[in-house]
Amino acid sequence: MTGGASAPLVAVRGLKMHFPIYGGLLRRRVGAVKAVDGIDLEIMAGETLGLVGESGCGKSTVGRAILRLYDITEGSIRIGGTEIGALSQAALRPHRPQMQMVFQDPQASLNPRMTVAAIIGEPLSEHTTLSAGDRTARVHELMDAVGLNRAFAGRYPHEFSGGQRQRIGIARALALNPRFIVCDEPIAALDVSIQAQVVNLLEELQDRLGLTYLFISHDLSMVRHIADRVAVMYLGRIVEIGPRDALYDTPAHPYTQALLSAVPEPDPDQRDGRIVLTGDVPSPAKPPAGCAFVTRCRHAFDRCRSEKPVLQAVAGGHMAACHLLDGTSPTTAGATAASGAPSSIQQGA
Amino acid sequence: MLTFVFRRLLLSIPTLLVIGLVVFLLLDLAPGDPLANQPLSIPPEVREQMRAALGLDKPVYVQFFLWLYQFFVVEPLVLIDRTFGTAFAADQVRILSWQFRSPVMDVIWQRMPQTLWVVGMAYLVGVLIAIPIGIISAVRQYSIFDQIGTLISMIGFSVPTFFTGVLLIVIFSVNLGWLPSIYDTQLVVNDWASFWQQVRQMIMPVAVLALFNASQISRYMRASMLDNLTQDYVRTARAKGVRENAVVMRHVLRNSLIPVVTVIALGVPTIFGGAIITEQVFKVNGIGQLLISAIQNNDIPMVQTLTFIFAVLIVLFNLIADVLYGLLDPRIRYD
Repeated sequence: MTGGASAPLVAVRGLKMHFPIYGGLLRRRVGAVKAVDGIDLEIMAGETLGLVGESGCGKSTVGRAILRLYDITEGSIRIGGTEIGALSQAALRPHRPQMQMVFQDPQASLNPRMTVAAIIGEPLSEHTTLSAGDRTARVHELMDAVGLNRAFAGRYPHEFSGGQRQRIGIARALALNPRFIVCDEPIAALDVSIQAQVVNLLEELQDRLGLTYLFISHDLSMVRHIADRVAVMYLGRIVEIGPRDALYDTPAHPYTQALLSAVPEPDPDQRDGRIVLTGDVPSPAKPPAGCAFVTRCRHAFDRCRSEKPVLQAVAGGHMAACHLLDGTSPTTAGATAASGAPSSIQQGA
Repeated sequence: MLTFVFRRLLLSIPTLLVIGLVVFLLLDLAPGDPLANQPLSIPPEVREQMRAALGLDKPVYVQFFLWLYQFFVVEPLVLIDRTFGTAFAADQVRILSWQFRSPVMDVIWQRMPQTLWVVGMAYLVGVLIAIPIGIISAVRQYSIFDQIGTLISMIGFSVPTFFTGVLLIVIFSVNLGWLPSIYDTQLVVNDWASFWQQVRQMIMPVAVLALFNASQISRYMRASMLDNLTQDYVRTARAKGVRENAVVMRHVLRNSLIPVVTVIALGVPTIFGGAIITEQVFKVNGIGQLLISAIQNNDIPMVQTLTFIFAVLIVLFNLIADVLYGLLDPRIRYD
């Protein structure tokens, strides 16, 4: 699953996305929301990397930053061997066809004044020299591919159901034969019966077209279903990344353990003790000095408050960022530290 | 859509009748005597005869229905007669202005061109300035351009036209002597020289009103653009790799124009209403000035007719705005 001989399709190094905060009388820059604060990722061709984390941890920002929908603060992004981290938006345009995105809100992400044919066909008219007839043919082909009736090409987005709109969004993303697609919570706005359809469609398209996905979601069971590898984010950083099964079966980071324990288990006999996290995520404008998770971690000890943990290998390709993995931590110290944790939450918040 | 328009037009009939009645009653209840300007030496019995001649001795409802009959039957017949040379309204009494002793509609017809030229041109100029300013201000939000635009529209919005008008007159007519301060209605445009004179006398009143209109509409445009710039579908368009210009013009602008077009359409009746103050300042004898002088002279038929025409225009342009909304926004369908 890791590296191997072939180079990864997507390689992200030290990605940072800080949003400035302006304040005071003269609206000077007084700080930054560190939405993404140093992320390294590699995605192999044909692979699906699941990116999970709770609301506000920066998952969507990572997806958008990788596609350069933002001007990133720092870092390197290589897609298919091309460095796009520092390109201007104009210089980026020729590279847009190979990387596309499926958005979370299928209603808001479609222009209400354009017909389906215009929405799906726009990338074609922007990036190709197809004639009008060929373009229509391609639009129909794409609509077939995502299971939309061709007869609906002249309709407007509001005339479709949520699942159909997401199919429009997927058809649009596929229009230019991309190699890499960021799926930014593509199923979060859909009801459960439709979620499975859309996920199955994405998987089927991946098999047929050899697509590579970055699948962003907070739905852990859906990620387990679709992803080959999974990365867990907390407060702008990746705390654990590894092959799906290894990560789900033996989570190494306390945050991953807590997240997985929160997944509803249908079988009452299988239910283990749930790890309940108290308090809120610290503000990304003022993250804790050491480990970001220190304010809520039940194993936190002194070193966690002062030193940021780095990702270290747990097993083949499975990495986590936690000081506990050094083996130097006294478990008893962790237990006592946990009781002191809630007070530091209040200070951190 | 057609059914919708017909239904709305039908519904507007009772609305307009009620408006007409309310205006009529208000004018009837308002203090002031139409004969107050006549010399005091007129004997009381003659005065009574004059009142009877104006129809003021009749009960209010008779006066109202008479006016309705004149407005909806006689005046359209006169229009038909004028157009086709027929004589349907030959023996009918038209709505007469008390101060001019001539048919109200004829006076309005004489005054309309000045108002449409000056106020209409100002509206057009205002819209043409406002839309690009609104677009650029939104795309470059908080830039120097946006800050200056905001400042100017604040000024245009908050400084009344009787101040800006007089200020322009002091600067360009009194001190510099470049432009005439009085609008010459008698001017006939028949060659380049008179055309140039017409342009010169229109510059200041148009500028004053255009500043006011532009500051209002540019704010709407900017707000609407900003609203749409942060929408998800704009991000989608950027992700498609659409050029920034196309993103702004094709995606954002088209969606932003929906509310702005409505605002612009709703503002059109104010053109016909004239700009009472600005017309006074520059001595443009248009509709606004006609209305104010009719009020001052207790010329009730004139005030009644003008006010009613404004009401008709406002109802009509409300309908037009709704229809435009339906045409521009595919999500809205009137069935």
